[in-house]
Amino acid sequence: MQFPVWTSLDSWIVLSALLVALNCALLGNFLLLRKQSMMGDAISHAVLPGLAAAFLLTGSRGSLVMFVGALVLGVATAFLVQWITKAGQVEEGASMGVVFTSLFALGLILIRQAASQVDLDPSCVLYGAVELAPFDVVKVAGWSLPNAVLVNGAMLLVNGIFVLLLWKELKLSSFDSALAKSLGMRVGMLHYGFMALVAATTVASFQVVGSILVIAMLIVPAATAFLLTRRLWVMVLLSLLVAAGASIGGHWSALMVPELLGYEGDTSTAGMIAVFSGLLFLCAWLFSPQQGVVALGLHRLREWERVAKDDVLAALWRLQEKHHGPVALSLLHPILSVEPVIHRFAFLLLRIRGRVKLTRGSSGESMVELIGKGFAEAQKVVRSHRLWEHYLVEEIGVRVDRVHQSAERLEHVTSQEMRAEMARELGNPEKDPHLKTIPGEETV
Amino acid sequence: MPWRNGREVFVMEWDALFRILFLQDHNTRVVVLGTFVLGVAAGLAGSLLLLRKRALLSDTLAHASLPGVGLMYLLLVGSGQSGRQLLALLGGAVVACVAAVITINLLKQTTRLKEDALLSMVLSVYFGLGVVVLGIITRNHPEQSAGLQKFLYGSTAALISSDAWLLVGVAAGIIVLAACFWKEFQLLLFDSGFAASEGYPVQRLDLLVMLMVVLVTVCGMQAVGLILVVALLVIPPVAARFWSEDFLAMQWIAALIGGVSCALGTLISGVLPNMPAGAVIVLTAALLFFLSMILGIKRGILLREWNAFNLRRKTEHHHALRAIYELLERQSSEGFIDLEELRRSRSWSAHNLKRTLRRAVNLGLVEWSAQGIRLSPTGREEARKLVRSHRLWELYLITYADVAPSHVDRSADDIEHVLDPQLVALLEEKLQAQDSREVVPKSPHSTTLPEVGGSA
Repeated sequence: MQFPVWTSLDSWIVLSALLVALNCALLGNFLLLRKQSMMGDAISHAVLPGLAAAFLLTGSRGSLVMFVGALVLGVATAFLVQWITKAGQVEEGASMGVVFTSLFALGLILIRQAASQVDLDPSCVLYGAVELAPFDVVKVAGWSLPNAVLVNGAMLLVNGIFVLLLWKELKLSSFDSALAKSLGMRVGMLHYGFMALVAATTVASFQVVGSILVIAMLIVPAATAFLLTRRLWVMVLLSLLVAAGASIGGHWSALMVPELLGYEGDTSTAGMIAVFSGLLFLCAWLFSPQQGVVALGLHRLREWERVAKDDVLAALWRLQEKHHGPVALSLLHPILSVEPVIHRFAFLLLRIRGRVKLTRGSSGESMVELIGKGFAEAQKVVRSHRLWEHYLVEEIGVRVDRVHQSAERLEHVTSQEMRAEMARELGNPEKDPHLKTIPGEETV
Repeated sequence: MPWRNGREVFVMEWDALFRILFLQDHNTRVVVLGTFVLGVAAGLAGSLLLLRKRALLSDTLAHASLPGVGLMYLLLVGSGQSGRQLLALLGGAVVACVAAVITINLLKQTTRLKEDALLSMVLSVYFGLGVVVLGIITRNHPEQSAGLQKFLYGSTAALISSDAWLLVGVAAGIIVLAACFWKEFQLLLFDSGFAASEGYPVQRLDLLVMLMVVLVTVCGMQAVGLILVVALLVIPPVAARFWSEDFLAMQWIAALIGGVSCALGTLISGVLPNMPAGAVIVLTAALLFFLSMILGIKRGILLREWNAFNLRRKTEHHHALRAIYELLERQSSEGFIDLEELRRSRSWSAHNLKRTLRRAVNLGLVEWSAQGIRLSPTGREEARKLVRSHRLWELYLITYADVAPSHVDRSADDIEHVLDPQLVALLEEKLQAQDSREVVPKSPHSTTLPEVGGSA
């Protein structure tokens, strides 16, 4: 197998993609928090007629004219969506759908009208062509820089300054726009200013990643960071990291993956960046320390194990109460087969941790016995259970034959303070409603 | 043939125009029929989506279907078959859409991310995958990739009989589903909790809605293109919402708007040169939406503005009558009051007040002469009722809602216009029961409460 060689062209491509990704990720954080993620989608489609009209009016494909045209349409989209939402009492998502599809259709028609004059390919707007970015160069102070790098670098500067200067305002209005308004902030102006920046960023990104994949760059890094932290500035930094990782990894995979799958040549870098950022999101979703699926699963598993352990201990304590000493292992079977895997696992852990001991009985059968801390822990659970039963019957008036189920659940979440409080309130009862002795608080 | 988009059809001959508009060509008939049923089906499915508050899901699905089409193509070519099997490609698209719905639901259950973030994320990442796959196809099978472009922009003009019949089949299925399950859907959309408690399979119904949307999206894609099929699912239902508050009526109005804009759009694009049919269809729908938003008889802007105007006028009218009555009451004479005095009693603009008074004069409630302003006998009766409602409400607020006397005037101002006689009687009963010593409770602003029909 022959791998492609990394050239200076690749470096320029990655740099362009990187700048776009950083730009988008920076704004994406606030789009996500303001629950306007789909606005990126709407704007990126709706600027098409702006591009086409700018071209038709001036006849040039100069970046600046196109840029202004798209910017106007971007802000107009934000206005139109607001207007239809308010004046028509339409749900915001639906009004976005109405606005951007209509504008996109208008754009397609304008482009078709212009198509006979010059090649203005809609698929170029849809997909972008980052692979061609290094060839479109401008001379700046004796250096020949790709246009995309220049434009997006400038955009990054503008976005960075905007976010830094208005950090407090953005933060407050994203989390609680009503409070921001009541503090006298110009929330509406901030909204449209922000939307103008989103539109400008989207347009600057078109050449590189296209109008649809720019949505991936806006939202996916921010969403990934959102899963990893609950602090805004950490989220912004993480999203920038994810964006950088996705653009480098994306270009690399665009070169490598088709070969690895047995196809010829390379594939779209922009598409691969989107896929790669999706993969990074997947990793965060799975392995985020606090919110990851794996972490949550493990947490749930530990809870199950804890409850099962309490159940086994309490069952054994009750058996020993009845038989005054070690009991046959077979008597413990009913409780061990409630959730066979979890309960047996919990029993195994109890043996390893030295809470219960298996011995041989006189007639050779297996006997089981609580030892050491195990006895005290078991007694706590039983005490909680019986105190709760008593409490539920006495204070809440639950019927005696109904309390067991509730007590069974409550016993796992009862602390020593709660037990003491309950005992005090009930006047230190000796017996529970089923006339069983409530054991005392054993100190370990 | 009029369906070419070249410049040569710019000068259309009359008989060609006639042939298109009256569906003389077989080809025209097929295309118009195909798009019409597509529009109807999209209107029906889109209404469900809109009322489920997931209108933009169609956008996500349309984009997310791309990798399905591409991968299915690679699979077909890889197994040595032709890659141009429409049904197989559509099947791939359906699989991708279903995967997208599952992804969204899974992430919604397991993360704190909001629905809009999930929609745009799934949209763009799936589309990215599609672009990657298309990139591979273009490099490895350059001769056939043009066929796949059809899915992105659609080519209504190239709709052939078999495509049209496929559309008719799918649309018929959706119409039957919508007709059979309308009651279940209605319940699901308006109170899914209640539906679940009544034992309806809410999850499966929801899946059925999604499936209908997926089918419309996938089939519509090759007719009008990926992005514009979203328009067909979103615009007609939103437009229909302005015309009716009734679910069933709204759904069928949406179907009608969808069908009409499709058929009309197709015809227009046939007549005019350089007009891609998909885009014209969407713009037709957008025009219908705009008209609906303004003219709609249930929620249209004109209607609501008219109602608001009427309410404002009625309010001003009431306030003027009440102000005159209260001024007269304070004078405790049968005299006239001065316009300027009346104007100062509330913050009225002179223009507004004069207009309101002229209306009252025309209605015979107020007499306005050089001496000043006074109420006619009917006006006095009318005003007495208003003052009564106002003060009763003030008293009610003070007695039962614990509002300070200095704060009740504003609230009573808002409510007095909508108190019906029954409610006034009820208030009266309640307040008198509360303080039986005083038959007519005093106004909190130390004026007396007039009795209806009493001596003036």
